[in-house]
Amino acid sequence: MSEARRSGIRFEEVTVAYDGTVVLDGFDLTVEPGEVMALLGPSGSGKTTALRAVAGFVRPAAGRVLIGDRDVTGLPPHARDVGMVVQSYALFPHMRVADNVAFGLKARRTPRGEIAARVAEALEMVGMADYARRHPRELSGGQQQRVAIARALAVRPGVLLLDEPLSALDARLRSGMLAELDRLHRELPDVSVLYVTHDQVEALTLADRVAVMDRARLREVGTPEQLYRAPRRTFTADFVGAANLLPVVGAPGGTVRFGDARLKVASPAPSAGAEATLCVRPHRITLGEEAANVLRGTVTAVQWRGATHRVAVEVAGREVVAELPETAEPPAVGAEVPLSFAVRDGVLVDD
Amino acid sequence: MLVHSRKGRWAAWICFAVLFVPLFAVPLLVIVAASFATNWSGVLPSGSTVEHYAAATRGESLAALGVSLQTALLASVLALVIGTWAALSAASAARHGWVRRVLDALFVLPVAVPSVVVGLAVLVAYSRPPVAFNGTRWIVMLAHTVLVTAFAYQSVSAALARLDPAYEQAAASLGARPWYVLLRVKLPLLLPSLTAATGLCFALSMGELSATMMLYPPDWMPLPVQIFAATDRGSLFTGSALAVVLMAATSLVLFAVSRVRTRASYR
Repeated sequence: MSEARRSGIRFEEVTVAYDGTVVLDGFDLTVEPGEVMALLGPSGSGKTTALRAVAGFVRPAAGRVLIGDRDVTGLPPHARDVGMVVQSYALFPHMRVADNVAFGLKARRTPRGEIAARVAEALEMVGMADYARRHPRELSGGQQQRVAIARALAVRPGVLLLDEPLSALDARLRSGMLAELDRLHRELPDVSVLYVTHDQVEALTLADRVAVMDRARLREVGTPEQLYRAPRRTFTADFVGAANLLPVVGAPGGTVRFGDARLKVASPAPSAGAEATLCVRPHRITLGEEAANVLRGTVTAVQWRGATHRVAVEVAGREVVAELPETAEPPAVGAEVPLSFAVRDGVLVDD
Repeated sequence: MLVHSRKGRWAAWICFAVLFVPLFAVPLLVIVAASFATNWSGVLPSGSTVEHYAAATRGESLAALGVSLQTALLASVLALVIGTWAALSAASAARHGWVRRVLDALFVLPVAVPSVVVGLAVLVAYSRPPVAFNGTRWIVMLAHTVLVTAFAYQSVSAALARLDPAYEQAAASLGARPWYVLLRVKLPLLLPSLTAATGLCFALSMGELSATMMLYPPDWMPLPVQIFAATDRGSLFTGSALAVVLMAATSLVLFAVSRVRTRASYR
């Protein structure tokens, strides 16, 4: 078996339909070899279908799926050379941990002598070497998760498919596993990873690039920073982190107008009179008039959230939310306050 | 427990006892009592003997027990193989709903049709060349297989429907071919249902009378026929002893089958 196959994944106009309902519509995406690509979207957005199309569990009605240079669209799942981890882990309950991890190797007729070494190596990698003789039912959720990852990695696949792998874990375990997955990928830099999740924190933390999906379509692809700092679409801005989405109108001089305020933004301004949507992240808004763009309004609500105060201010009939560092004297409800944000923190998004 | 108050619980138990004891327990106890009786004209039998058991465990009767055990063993194993195969086919053809419906209908037929009719049908169908099973033991085994396969098919189908497809898919994505997945993942996971189905088929075949009556040759007389013959000629107590032997043999095999589940009891 070749050691370092560097294979990416390519979707070419992949369309999947169940009983006439299109669940993935003309999906086009390239995952570079060694890249971690997150498919991020709400449930029903088609992200899991895209992953299952790579694994071979759904047959596209149109389009092609390529792993490396190989067109796998018509291949059965067992011939695709992928590793997969699903939400329920699907560890074989009748086999011990070591046999679970050895399963793929035995199925592929790996020489006996090699299997033991590979199993030990895979279990070592996820820190489960001491549990080889256990049955899955004797392990906690986090441990089962590790075994499932070891099982997928033992066959040294060129491509690793992770389908909501952390959503069955509690919050603390999840952040631990995120760090663990990050470390694993640094140890296996050649493996391309397709990571399906509805959790933006997981996507932003782990992925080199994130593909945002909604209603069977790909909405936007970019690095986490791009999607977070400069989303191009309303859906992305809203789904990836919190956002103030304000209706603005193009004004002369490369500015936009929101209510009475003239604002300068990082994006190219629309022509005068044209409507657009402005996205400003709540934690980028400060109290006061220090930054270039100033909005004035009335405080309608103040929430204490530990490290921050969440302040809602009504400006020109719209609610603008600011996430302020916690202060001893937050503004009172009903007070007139100025808010401001920097030019680089205002971006225009399309619908 | 759905009933929470102490009174309610007592009432439920009494209700259960009133229904269960006369309906299910008493007839079986009477059989056991009768099998030891020399004479039974009052409320209780008078005099006890083990002579009926001596008769029930030698000669013709012992042969009948052997016949029943062999027939049930072959029929239940065949039923398991055919039923599992059909259930797997029906499940894998899930995309074509009609395949499943046709198979469901085909396998429910021997249950829906009275077994006397099934017996007669098998007799008529296999009495002439090229397949002249008439007058041989094979026709009894064939009829039993036809009758019990339905139950195997249904219980394996139900178990397959409950099986999480994630196991099969995980196995396939690890590079296992369909055969390997079947042998190493699906069948082991189905094992508890398979043994339960085998036990059920075995018990049904052990007790089958009506179709057998239509078919059995003189040299292949199963125990239920023997019991019927004994009571028919008035030997009620011998019949009872034979019935107890039948019950004991069947329970013993069912108990043995239930022990096979050790490795598969993981949930």
